Order: sequence, then structure tokens, then C-alpha cells
Amino acid sequence: MSVKVTDALKKYTMAIALVAIVIFFQVQTSGSILLPQNINNLISQNAYVFVLAAGMLLCILTGGNIDLAVGSVVCFVGGIGAVVMKANINEWVAVAMMLIGGLLVGAWQGFWIAYVKVPPFIATLAGMYAFRGLANVVMQGYAIGISNTTFLNVFGGGADCYIPDFFGGDGMNLTCMIVGVIAVVIYIVMVLRARIAAKSKGYEVAPLASELIKMIIISALVLWVFYKLANYKGIPTVLIWVALVLMAYTYITGNTRMGRYLYAVGGNEKATNLSGIDSRKIYFFAYVNMGLMAGLAGILTVARATMAQPTFGNLYEMDAIAACFIGGASAYGGEGNIFGVIVGALIMGVINQGMSIMGVNANYQTVIKGLVVLIAIIFDVLSNKKKK
Amino acid sequence: MGNTILEMKNITKTFPGVKALDNVNFKVEEGEIHALVGENGAGKSTLMNVLSGIYPYGTYEGDIVYKGEVCQFHKIKDSEEKGIVIIHQELALVPQMTIGENMFLGNERGTKNAINWNETYSEADKYLKMVGLSESSHVLIKDIGTGKQQLVEIAKALAKNAQLLILDEPTSSLNETDSRALLDLMLEFKKKGMTMIIITHKLNEVVYVADKITVVRDGSTVETLDCAKDDVNEERIIKGMVGREITDRFPKRHDVKIGEVNMEVKDWTVHHPLYTERVVVDHVNFNVKKGEVVGIYGLMGAGRTELAMSMFGKSYGTDITGTMTINGKEVNLKSPREAINEKLAYVTEDRKGNGLVLGKSIKVNTSLANMDGVSERGVIDTDREYNIAVQYKDLLKTKTPTVEQSVGNLSGGNQQKVLLAKWMFTDPDVLILDEPTRGIDVGAKYEIYCIINDLVAAGKSVVMISSELPETIGMSDRIYIMNEGKFIGEMPASEATQENIMAAIIQSTGGGEKA
Repeated sequence: MSVKVTDALKKYTMAIALVAIVIFFQVQTSGSILLPQNINNLISQNAYVFVLAAGMLLCILTGGNIDLAVGSVVCFVGGIGAVVMKANINEWVAVAMMLIGGLLVGAWQGFWIAYVKVPPFIATLAGMYAFRGLANVVMQGYAIGISNTTFLNVFGGGADCYIPDFFGGDGMNLTCMIVGVIAVVIYIVMVLRARIAAKSKGYEVAPLASELIKMIIISALVLWVFYKLANYKGIPTVLIWVALVLMAYTYITGNTRMGRYLYAVGGNEKATNLSGIDSRKIYFFAYVNMGLMAGLAGILTVARATMAQPTFGNLYEMDAIAACFIGGASAYGGEGNIFGVIVGALIMGVINQGMSIMGVNANYQTVIKGLVVLIAIIFDVLSNKKKK
Repeated sequence: MGNTILEMKNITKTFPGVKALDNVNFKVEEGEIHALVGENGAGKSTLMNVLSGIYPYGTYEGDIVYKGEVCQFHKIKDSEEKGIVIIHQELALVPQMTIGENMFLGNERGTKNAINWNETYSEADKYLKMVGLSESSHVLIKDIGTGKQQLVEIAKALAKNAQLLILDEPTSSLNETDSRALLDLMLEFKKKGMTMIIITHKLNEVVYVADKITVVRDGSTVETLDCAKDDVNEERIIKGMVGREITDRFPKRHDVKIGEVNMEVKDWTVHHPLYTERVVVDHVNFNVKKGEVVGIYGLMGAGRTELAMSMFGKSYGTDITGTMTINGKEVNLKSPREAINEKLAYVTEDRKGNGLVLGKSIKVNTSLANMDGVSERGVIDTDREYNIAVQYKDLLKTKTPTVEQSVGNLSGGNQQKVLLAKWMFTDPDVLILDEPTRGIDVGAKYEIYCIINDLVAAGKSVVMISSELPETIGMSDRIYIMNEGKFIGEMPASEATQENIMAAIIQSTGGGEKA
């Protein structure tokens, strides 16, 4: 039993670290970090990290390969959208153009990486310069405002970027609370059904106690977040996008053939090739997909700022990479998952926000962020060493 | 001779949960070659790691007495200072550096802040002469073959003033000629009074070179055979290793009908991928029938793996010509996928490098080559995948608590079974098994042979590439002999003997030189 507990602790080390960090700031900021407004901001401000990190994880899985260009692509794609909407073209056309723009950028980089074997670090370094430049070209060096309210509301910018309360409750947003309850119910039903199905076929299942504990913690957490949001302005629309992306990628990495191939290529590329799988296609997919996520992150970024600027997206790639590595993705590929990415992104987000509320000098904030990344990786390396 | 140079007394070494060495006693006399044999995981390497200080004093129980004094080694440097030098199975050389730089790496000549390169290279040349290597010490390691690299390792050990040399599987990556040369070098060193311990799986080498043989089994020393007194042969050693008499190393096949030709290759020629003018496989013709095991025997470097991989969807080589027929249909396989679709499977010799994803589970590895079999429209049916993995685990008797176990944690024999399971799940008609029993112990070998028998009993064809003659003769129905890229002979296994196969190879090598 004690072995199992330590195993669980190891598996959830970073999640436990996240809780410790939250408690630390809760004390230091006399409770303000968990105010409804701050929870809301944590989600809205870090939406791009979740989206980019989901894409980045797939690249990292293929062998620790990263994409340095995503920050520039976010800026480039956002610029395109802003310019198109400024010309009074329909917002959905703009959205389509931004996503396709991201896809094309991904295909461009993926082609060089997968089929010409340009090292990803260099191919995307080149992209980092080139797309930053193109963003400037598109915006001609100026900031461009976005006034299309549908676009802003749907993608989490402006004042009305919350799901409206259909019940018009006073003080508390009932819709938000109901959505939270429904989400929890669906989650519990799915877990139980999977468990019953597995048991009826005689498969090994996790012990009931540990599964129940996990279920209770997750349910309580979700309800608590929705409760907090309900006490602010309700569900921010951007949360929907983030949730959709995270759910989709949990499924892709865990349940699809492509997901399996990403892990296999990162684990042993030669063996994967000899198993009849063309690893070039896998690399190409990872980078095209990264482009698509950069496109979506670009949309969310310009919506939140209600404008596009040639400086947007600076160092976003590093936030995404850091979230993946803090979340336990292996720098050699083949290991990592979306749950870890969520935890990693939250750790970075909470530290950012906590320090801002505490009024830590902005210069030191970056130093501390750097140290956190280092500590997380040291932790990972040490715990892996012990395994051997 | 006669003086005890080393005595390890009552050595016990425990790892969390496992007793790797249990009260081991091991005695080496001055000037002898002492072989340490045992199955994988028996504790040979652990014992040597205790001796060389890799496991420092204090982490084990018992005493090491070397030249009459009790030693406490805390790190490798301590044992090396006394003249105990270990050469590990994996060569520890930096490919981009010269022979000279490698030889004195960590042991540089000159003062603290300035390396004396003249001294380095002249000394390196001196030691190279001692091991009979004619290369200049300015040559880069990556430009010489593995046989010569092994000699550099030995020269490096000599440069450390070794008096007790430990060689861990020194011939595992060498071909027959280089292996023999290395063993002869050991015998020469012995004449000069050097004491050596050799760890090896190859029992013919043990018989050839050793004065004494200590057998390790399950963490204890079972017996020490003295080659001068006891009647030592391979069967006798195996008996000690596995603890029982192995009456039949190769299981018999009963009532397997050999049917019509299943796969035929004609005029198969392959060129080297980089040096495209070099012919690696030269106009090879062969066939394999249903229910038949065809052995392809050749020395390392004969072009066997190259032949197999070029057939498997052009996974090796350039400018491949020739025709290939499977089930009477001529096929042109351009990728591993097409090969799999035509019911061909290639089970690699290099299971860690080319075969398995070590960090992933048995389940994931079993389904990897046939994801269509466990998924629909791109989505994996996890139930089906799990069941299939369990099915193969039971069928092949893979020893593991669960199929979720990471393949990297399995023993060599069990890894080989997972690799076989992966390819059996692609439902092939023809399996090319490249060195299917390399590096696995006697018991697991037998089980692999049984699996091969089951495969042909089910009407499949097996092409078995091997560089072990007894295995080739014992398992095959028909044998092709390959040398320098050519097939130089074919014979039914019933007519094959170790002598006539080796004679054929030597003859063809000589003939090649004349031409």
C-alpha cells in the first residue's frame, strides 16, 4: 500500500506542487489570489498558453522537438485577422483566414522538418524571424484595432465575453453553476461507465478507493471553479475554446492511432519506421497541427487585446515549451500528456499572477519564472534517476 | 602460476528488493585466464562492478583481497591504481577523437594545464604495437572498425598499467576472424604473465582460451572448473549454468509438412547506401517453402542483415535489383508498409535499436506494426488492443505481471518474445528472423526455438539468419551459406556439419582474393 501511495505521489508531484504554490500565494496575498475575479483572469490571461502548449506537446512527443516560431505566428495570424476585419469583411471569413494561415505556416515548417530533415530548432528559428517580419509587413508596423463585437465576444475579448445568464439570477450566475454541475455529472457517468465496462470484461481496474478519491477531487475542483466564476461574471467564452482544445487533445494523444504514432516516433523512430509507419508523416502532422494551434492562439490573443500589434506573441513559444516541460514531457520525446500540460500552464500562470498581486518587481518576476522551470526539470531528472 | 592474485570472499550485494550476489567466493591465480560464465542476470557483471569499485566499498558485504591485502575501492580510479582495469562490453571511446586522445582520456600525459601531445602519441603508438594494431594513433576512432576499436580499448587498459585485466563480453560485436585474433592476443598476454578475467556468452571461446571457469548462477558461484584437470566441454558448462542437463538444445519438429515455394528471390543485388559503387548483396537467389525453416549462415559482415532489410520494403541500400515473388505473385515492395501488406515480416537483430519502443508497454509494442488490427477510423479500440496483447503474452509465455509493463524492464529473452508477438500479429506468411536468439540465455533460446517450430507447423515460412553454427544446423531444414555478399552454398541440414560449412566459407574467401 505504501508503495502505491508513493507511486501516486510521484505521478502527481507537479499537481501537488501546484497546490502548494496556490496555498503559498493565498497566504502571501491574504486570500486575494482565489478571488472570483482573479480565477477568471487566470483563465483568460493564460488561454493562449493552454492552446499553444497542447500543440507544442505533440511536437515534443516526437523527440523533444520544439517550435520556436509560434510567438511570431500568433502575431502574424492576428495581424491578418485585424487587417481583414478592419476592411469590414465578415468576421467568420477572418477567422477562417487566420486558421488557414496558421495551417499553411505549419505545413511550410513541417515540410522542411519532415521531408528535408532540417533540424526543427533551426527551421523554426528561421520561422521565428520570418513570420515576425511578415507580421510587421501585414500591419505595416502599426497597431490595428478590432471593433467587430461578434468576434470579440465569441473569442473572449471586450466587455461581453461571457456566456449570458439565461436565468437572470441576482448576484450569482445560475447558468454558469448549472453548466458546472452538468459537466461534473457527465464526467462521473463516463468514469463509472468505463469502469463497469472494464470490469464486466474482466480487465484490471484501478482500486475503487483511489478512483473515488480522484473523482471526488476533480469534481470538487470543477464545481469550485464554476462557483467562483458564477460569483463573478459567469463563464468566459474563452474557457469554452480552451476546454474544447484540451479535451480534443486528451483524446488525440490517448485514443487515436496518430497519437500512438507520436509517442512511438519519439520513443524509437527506427523501430516505428520498420513497423510500417512513415515517421515523416508524423513529424509533418505535428507541425501542421502546431500551426493550427498557433492560429487559434492568434485569434484569442487579438480578441483579448481588441487589437493586433507587431509586438504581440513575444516569447509565447517559451511559455508553451515551459508548460510542457514543467508538466513532465520528456525532453527526449515519447513521454508527456495533456494533464501535465494543464498543470504546467497553471503553475506558470499562478506564479505570474501571484507575484503581480504581491507587487514583486517585474524584473525579478522573470528571474523567478526561470528558476521555477529549472527546479521543475531538476525534480523530474532526479525522480527519473531513482526509478532506475 | 599458483599465487593467488585476487580473492573475493563472501561477497553479498543487495539492491532494493533483490539479492544480486549471495555469498560469492571467487579466486583468481596469477597468470591465468579465468572465465566467468552464467546466464543473463546471474550476477557476473555485478561481481565485476564490485571488484572495480563501481559499487563502492560499503555498499556490499565481504572482502576483496588483492595481492594479499584487503582493498577498499571507493571509485574506479582506486582499483585502476592497483592495476585492476575493466573493459566494458559497450566501448567507451569518443568517435570524433583520435586513437591517442582516447587512450589517454582522463589519464592525460603532460602537466596539469598543458597536454604533452608528443608524449601522448608516441606512447600511444607503443601500446598499439603491443596489441598488434598497425594504425597510427592519429587516426580518428570513427574511421576504424569495431575489431580495431576493441584493440584500442585494450591498449588503453595497458596504458593504465593493468595487471589484472577484466574483459566483459569483448567479442560480442566482433566477427569470427576478429574474435579469434582477440583471443589469440589474450593467450599471448598470458605468456607474458598477465592475469585476465573474461566474461562471455560464447562457450566455444571459453573452451578455447580459459584455464579456469567459474560458473555463476542466481547470484552465487556454483562451481569452478579447472581446464587442466576436468574434462571441460560446452555441454558440461551449460549444465552448470542452467543447473540441469539439457538433453536437446533444439526441440524436434514433428509432422511438419513442407509445401510449395512461398517466397522466392532471384538475382537480388543491393548497393551500399553511401558508397553506392560497393555491392553489398551480390546476385542472391534463394527460396523458402511453406512449413520450412531456411537458415542463412554467414559471418558478421557477410551481408545477411542487408539482404533481409533490402527485401523488407527497401529498408536498406540503394540501386536494388532483382525479383521477388511471394505466394506465386511477383511483388515490388517500396516501403515496410507494402512489405507487411504482402505478408512479409522482418524481425530485426537489433531489438533495442530497431525493434522495440523500450519506454512503452508490451501492449503498445505488440500492436505497433498492425494498428489497423486494433483500431477503426483512426480510433484505437483499447479493449481489443489489451486482449490481443494478453493473448500473445500467454501464447509465447512472456514472463511479466501485466502487459502494461514497460518493455525496457524486461529481460532480453522476454523482449525478443514481445518483438516476435508484434510481427506475428501482422499475420505474415513469411518471417525473416535476424539473429533471433542473440544475447539471450539458454533457457529462453529453447523457448524461442519452440515458437519457431509452432510457426512452421502453422504453415508459415521462416528464414532464420544466424551466426551461430550449432543453431543454424539444429533448427534449419535447409541452409544457405553467405559470404562477402554472395550465396556460396546450399545444403540440407542433414548433410551440414560445422566443418563443411566453415570449409566452404574459407574456400570462397580464398577464391575471392585470387580473382
